[in-house]
Amino acid sequence: MGEFTQPLMEYGSIWPLFVVFGVACLGVLAEAFLPRGRRHVVQLVLAVAGLLAALVGTVLVGMDLEVTEGGAARGLFGAAGAVAVDGPTVFLWGMLLVFALTGVALFAERRLESGVSAFAGQAAALPGTEAERRTQALDHTEVYPLLMFAVTGMMLFPAAADLLTLFVALEVLSLPLYLLAGLARRRRLLSQEAALKYFLLGAFSSGFFLYGVALVYGFAGSMSFAAIDEAVRNDTENRGLLLVGIGMLMVGLLFKVGAVPFQAWTPDVYQGAPTAVTAFMAAGTKIAAFGAILRLLYVAFGAERWSWQPMLWVVAILTMLVGAVLAIVQTDVKRMLAYSAIAHTGFLLTGVLGVQGASALAEGQVTSLQSVLFYLLTYSFATVGAFAVVTLVRDSSGEASAMERWAGLGARSPLVAGAFAFFLLSMAGIPLTAGFTGKWAVFTVALAAGAWPVVLVAIAASVVSVFFYIRLIRVMYFAVPEGEVASVTTPSPLTTAVIVVGVVGTLALGVVPGPVLDLAADAGQFIR
Amino acid sequence: MFLLSEGGASIPVVDPLGADGVFSLLWLVIALPLAGATILLLGGRRTDAWGHWLGTLTAVGSFVLSLVLFVSMLGREEGQRQVVQHLYDWIRVGDLTVSIDLLLDPLSVLFLLLITGVGSLIHVYSIGYMEHDPRRRRFFAYLNLFVAAMLMLVLSENYLGLFLGWEGVGLASYLLIGFWQHKPSAAAAAKKAFVVNRVGDIGLSLGIALFFVTFGSTSFTVISANASGASDGVLTALGLLLLLAACGKSAQVPLQSWLLDAMEGPTPVSALIHAATMVTAGVYLVVRSNFVFELAPHAQTAVVVVATVTLLWGAVIGCAKDDIKKALAGSTMSQIGYMMLAAGLGVYGYAFAIFHLITHGFFKANMFLGAGSVMHGMNDDVDMRRYGALRKAMPVTFLTFAMGYLAIIGFPGFSGFWSKDKIIETALIESPVAGIGALIGAGVTGFYMTRLMLMTFFGEKRWKDDVHPHESPSVMTGPLVVLAALSVLGGLLYLGHWIVDWLSPVVGTAPKHEPPVPAIVITLLVLAVVAAGVATAWLLVGKRPVPVTAPQDVSFATRAARADLYGDTINETLVINPGRHATAGLTRGDRSLVDGLFTGSAGVTAALGAQLRKVQNGFVRSYALSVVGGVVLVLAALLVVNL
Repeated sequence: MGEFTQPLMEYGSIWPLFVVFGVACLGVLAEAFLPRGRRHVVQLVLAVAGLLAALVGTVLVGMDLEVTEGGAARGLFGAAGAVAVDGPTVFLWGMLLVFALTGVALFAERRLESGVSAFAGQAAALPGTEAERRTQALDHTEVYPLLMFAVTGMMLFPAAADLLTLFVALEVLSLPLYLLAGLARRRRLLSQEAALKYFLLGAFSSGFFLYGVALVYGFAGSMSFAAIDEAVRNDTENRGLLLVGIGMLMVGLLFKVGAVPFQAWTPDVYQGAPTAVTAFMAAGTKIAAFGAILRLLYVAFGAERWSWQPMLWVVAILTMLVGAVLAIVQTDVKRMLAYSAIAHTGFLLTGVLGVQGASALAEGQVTSLQSVLFYLLTYSFATVGAFAVVTLVRDSSGEASAMERWAGLGARSPLVAGAFAFFLLSMAGIPLTAGFTGKWAVFTVALAAGAWPVVLVAIAASVVSVFFYIRLIRVMYFAVPEGEVASVTTPSPLTTAVIVVGVVGTLALGVVPGPVLDLAADAGQFIR
Repeated sequence: MFLLSEGGASIPVVDPLGADGVFSLLWLVIALPLAGATILLLGGRRTDAWGHWLGTLTAVGSFVLSLVLFVSMLGREEGQRQVVQHLYDWIRVGDLTVSIDLLLDPLSVLFLLLITGVGSLIHVYSIGYMEHDPRRRRFFAYLNLFVAAMLMLVLSENYLGLFLGWEGVGLASYLLIGFWQHKPSAAAAAKKAFVVNRVGDIGLSLGIALFFVTFGSTSFTVISANASGASDGVLTALGLLLLLAACGKSAQVPLQSWLLDAMEGPTPVSALIHAATMVTAGVYLVVRSNFVFELAPHAQTAVVVVATVTLLWGAVIGCAKDDIKKALAGSTMSQIGYMMLAAGLGVYGYAFAIFHLITHGFFKANMFLGAGSVMHGMNDDVDMRRYGALRKAMPVTFLTFAMGYLAIIGFPGFSGFWSKDKIIETALIESPVAGIGALIGAGVTGFYMTRLMLMTFFGEKRWKDDVHPHESPSVMTGPLVVLAALSVLGGLLYLGHWIVDWLSPVVGTAPKHEPPVPAIVITLLVLAVVAAGVATAWLLVGKRPVPVTAPQDVSFATRAARADLYGDTINETLVINPGRHATAGLTRGDRSLVDGLFTGSAGVTAALGAQLRKVQNGFVRSYALSVVGGVVLVLAALLVVNL
C-alpha cells in the first residue's frame, strides 16, 4: 500500500467553482427548510449572489495567473491535476457566469405568466389532471439549484484535465438540464417528451463517450491529458485503439453541441423546453462543450491532429449544410432558432479545425482558440437575447412561437421587433454586428489552415442562412397579419435587462471588437 | 510608384497622404445622410411633418461639402490628390489591423459629386412625387440610408469597408423596391433583387477572403503595392470573383434578371439607384481594382465578353417593352454594358468607363424622372401604348426628356455622344469583335429610344377620356431642367482630355495606339449606324398608328425580347426548379424522420397523446439510430484517412 498523500487542491484558483457548487447545495437546503412563500426570493438572492461572487472570483483568479514553466501559457493544475485553471478556462468561466446570470434573470421572470414563473407548478402532476389544476398557482423554485448544479458542471467541463473528470462534468451539467427541459408550465406534454428524449439520447451518447474513455485509457495507460499527449507522441502501437477512442469521445461531445448527425434532439428540446431554459442551455452548453472539445483535441490529441481534422471537416460541412437548409423550412420560431444553432455549431467547428502548429502562425495572427472563444461570445449574446424576446411574444395560449403569429410585429412593437431583427442580423453575420466579426475570425483561421473547402461551404451556408433570418424580419415588418396575432407582453426589468445586454453586447462586439479580441488573445494557450 | 502590366501600361499604386485641412471633414460627407436616416427612422411619426425637408437638407449638405472637397483637390498638385482619413481600428489583433479608412482621390471625388449631386436633385423631386404617400418620411429615411451606404462604398480605402457599403446599398435597394409592399409584385421584385444580389455577393465575399489569404490585408494601398507578387492563377481568380460581384450589382448577364422587376419601386428610386448610382457600383469595383485586372488578362477578357453580351441583351429587351420604365431599364442594362466594356479594356478604357458612367448618370436620371413626371400626369399608367402626343400637355417634361434622348443616342455635341463614341472607338482598336458589338448596340439604342420617344410624346393621343395629362409641379420640373442641362453639357468633362488626365493618377496612362482608320471615320460610322436605327424606328413606329393593345401575332424575336430574352425561364430551369426539388426532398426527409407528428403535438388531447406516445418511442429509436449512424460516420472518417 502506498502512502496516502493529500492531493494538492489549489483552492486559491478553483474557488469560483466551489462557490457555485456550494450555493447549489445551499439551495437544496433552502428548498427543504424554508416555507414555500419565501423560497423564491431566497433562491434568487442566493443564485445571483453566488454567480456574482464567482464572477468576481474568476476575474481575480484570471489576473493572478502565473506563467508556467514552458512559458507559452499561464495557469496551473488544481485538484491533483484533474482541473486546469488557465487563460482559456478563465475566459470560458467568465462567459459561462455572465450567461448564467442572464439565465437566472429569465428564470425569475414572473410578470409574463401573471405572477407565476414559466415553470410547472408540480412537475410530477399528470397533464390535464386535477392534480395539475390544483398546483397551477405554485412555483418550482428547485430550478435555481438545478441551474447552479448545471453551471458547476459547465465550469468543470472545459477545465477538466483528465478523462474521468471530463465525464463527471459532462454528467453534472447534463442531468439538471434534462430535468429543466421538462418543467415548462404550458404545453406540458411537449416539454416532458422533449426532456425524456434529451435524457435517453444523452444517456446513449454518454455510453459511447465512456467507451471512448476506456479505449483511450487502454492506449495511453492514463486518464490525464498530459499523459495521453505523451503517449500519442511516442507510441506507434495500437493506433487503432486510439483512433476509435477519439471517435467515441467525439461522439459524446459532438452530441452535446448538436453537430450533425447527432443533432436530432436539438429542435425538439429547444422547442419543448421552457424558453428561459432554452436560452440558458443554448448558450451555456455550447460554451462549455466547445471549451471541452478544444482542450481535449488540442491538449490530449494535438499531436494527432492530422487524424481528426478530416473527420471534423466532414462533420462541420454536414452540420452547416443541414442546419442552414432545414432552418429554411421551419415555421416555428424556436425550431428555426434551433436549426440556426446547429448551423452555428458548424461554423464553430470550422474554427476548431483551423488549428495549426505554433510555428506555422505568424506573429499576432488570430489563433483558432481565440476565434472560437470570440465566436462563442458573439453567438451567446445574440442567442440569449433572441430567446429572451421569444418569451415576450405571446398570444392567448402563452408564447406564440408559430411564425405567422409574428406577422406585423414590427408595427405593433417596434422596439422589441427591432431588437429581435438585430439579433437575427448578427446571427446572419451582417457587418457591424458581432456575428460578422465572429464569422470573419473563424473563417480566416480555417482558411489559414488550408481548409478552404470547408470555408467555401461555410460561406455558402452563411448565404443560405441569410434567407431565413431575413424572412423572419420580413414577416415581422412587411407581412400582413392574418388571424390571431401575437403581441408583446411587457416584462419585468429582469427580461428587459437581458435583452439590453444582448443588444449592447452584439453591437459592441460588431463595432469595436478590438478589446474583446485582445482579451481572447490575452487568454493565451491551454497549459499542458 | 507604378506597377507594370503586360501591355506596357503603368498602373499607379494607391499611396495616399493623410487627411488635413478641409479634407479632415471627409467623414461628414457620409455622416450627414446617415444621421438623417437615423433620425427619421428612430424619430417615427414625430418627424412626419418635416422629415422630407431634413432628408433633402442632409443630401444637399453632403453635396456642398463634396463640392468644397473637389475644389480643394483641384487646387492641389497631381501627386497630392490621394487623401486617406483614418477613422478608427475596427478589428485589431497583433499585427493584423482592419481599420475604417476613407480614401478620397480623383476617382472617388467624381463619384462623390455624382452621388450627392444627382441624389440631392432626386430628393428634391421626391418631395413632389411622394407628396400624397402617407409613408413619405420613411421613404426619405431609406433614400438617406442609400446615399450614406453608397458614399461608404466609394470612399472606403479597403474591400471590407466597400463590402459594408455594398451590403448597405443592397439593403436600401431592397427596402425601396419593395416600398409599396402592399403590391405583391413589388414585394416579389424586392425579394428577387435581394436573392440575385446575394449570388453576386458570394463573389465579393470569396474575393475578400482570397485577398486576405494572399495579401494579409484588404487595403487598396497594401494590395496594389504587392499585387505583382501574386501568382497568375490567384489574380485571375480574384478578377473573376470581383466580376461575379459586379455582375450581381450591375445587372450584367447572367445576373441581369432582377433589374427589370426592380422597376416596381417608386420612380425616383429607379432614377437614383437603378440608373444613376447603385447599378454602376460594379463598374466602380472593376475600375477601382485595376491593379488586379491589369495583371489578370483572362479576367479582363471575361469582363469584355460579359459586357458585350449585356449591352446587346439589354438593348434588345429595350426594343420590345411597352412599359416605359422597363424600356428604360433595358437601356440601363445596355449602357452599363458599355461602361463594363470600357472597364474590361483595361487602362485604355477606365477613364472612358467613368466618363460614360457620369454622363449616363445625368441623362438616365433625367429620363427616369421624366418618365415619373409623365406617369404622374397619366394616373400612374406606365404603358406607352396608352400615351401619345404628350408633348403639348407636358412641354417641360417633353423638352427635358428630349435632351436626355439626344444624349443617349449620341447626337453630336450632347454628352452621350462624347462618352459613347470614345468607348466604341477604343473597343474597335483594342478588341474588334466587342467593338462591332458596341457599334451594333449603338444602332439598336437609336431604335429603341426613338420608339420610346415617338410612342410617348408624338403621334395620336391614345389615352382615355378620364385621364387628364398635366405638367408636374415645379418642385419636380426643376430637377428635370438641371439634369437636362447636365445631359447636354456633360461632354465638357472631356474638354481638352480633362477627365482622362484627371483620372490618370488613379487608373494609369495608356500607351498611345493609333486607330487603323482616322478617328473621324469611326465617329461618322457610329453616327451612320445610329441614324439607321433612328430611321428604322421612324418607319416602323412613327409613320404607323400604334395599337393600344400589344399585337400578339408577332415574330419570334419580338416575343423573345418581350420575355426578357427568357432570362427568367433560364433561371427557373437551371437554378430554381432543381433547388426547389432539392428543398422539397429535404423537407420530406425532415418531416418523416425528424419532425413527424412532433410539431403537431402541442395541445393534443389525452387520447391522441396516447397514440402519439407509441409513435414517439419509434422516434427516439430513430434518433438513436441516427446517432449510431453518426458513430459509424465519425469512425469511418477517422479510419479512412489513417489506415
